[in-house]
Amino acid sequence: MNIFFLVFIGLGIILCLLRMIKGPTTPDRAVAVDTISTITTALLVFLGFIFKRYIYLDVSLVYAVLTFIGVIAIARYLEKGI
Amino acid sequence: MHLAGGIVTGIGTIFLFLGGLGVFRLPDVYNRLQAGTKCTTLGAFLTIIGVGIMEPSWFWKTLLIGIFILLTNPISNHALGRASCKSGVPLCKKSVVNKSKDFCKGETK
Repeated sequence: MNIFFLVFIGLGIILCLLRMIKGPTTPDRAVAVDTISTITTALLVFLGFIFKRYIYLDVSLVYAVLTFIGVIAIARYLEKGI
Repeated sequence: MHLAGGIVTGIGTIFLFLGGLGVFRLPDVYNRLQAGTKCTTLGAFLTIIGVGIMEPSWFWKTLLIGIFILLTNPISNHALGRASCKSGVPLCKKSVVNKSKDFCKGETK
């Protein structure tokens, strides 16, 4: 049953990657990167469940914090420049 | 307990896939932003809580990660939408009304 979940998550990441390659404007690519990073946070927790490693939860928490700060920085740069 | 966690995780992964499909298929930045933020927030929250239900000793830490995503993901996507509005990205041709035209044009330059 875990295979189906991994296939669904992988298809979501691949579709976002196609949008990131194809997107006509810069905010399109930023939206695709943000979606990929949120999906990756869930994927890390799920990989920790598959491999039975508790340390993956810490990795996922730090990844979520860094993603939030990075997306806020990209948005401020697009708005009027840092 | 294992079956309930599996069902919750399955619903979450389906929502993650739908979020990716929406980001790929919709015609405009703002529509893509809507699909990307709503489906991805609910999907990530359900997936992480489902893992916490399947492993009961991990529950509080997964609840912490889920609540953090639930709080911060709409904020960052709202900042992206505001930035794309102010940097002058046009709406798609099927759009009917644009109520934030003054806000976008007023402080651009």
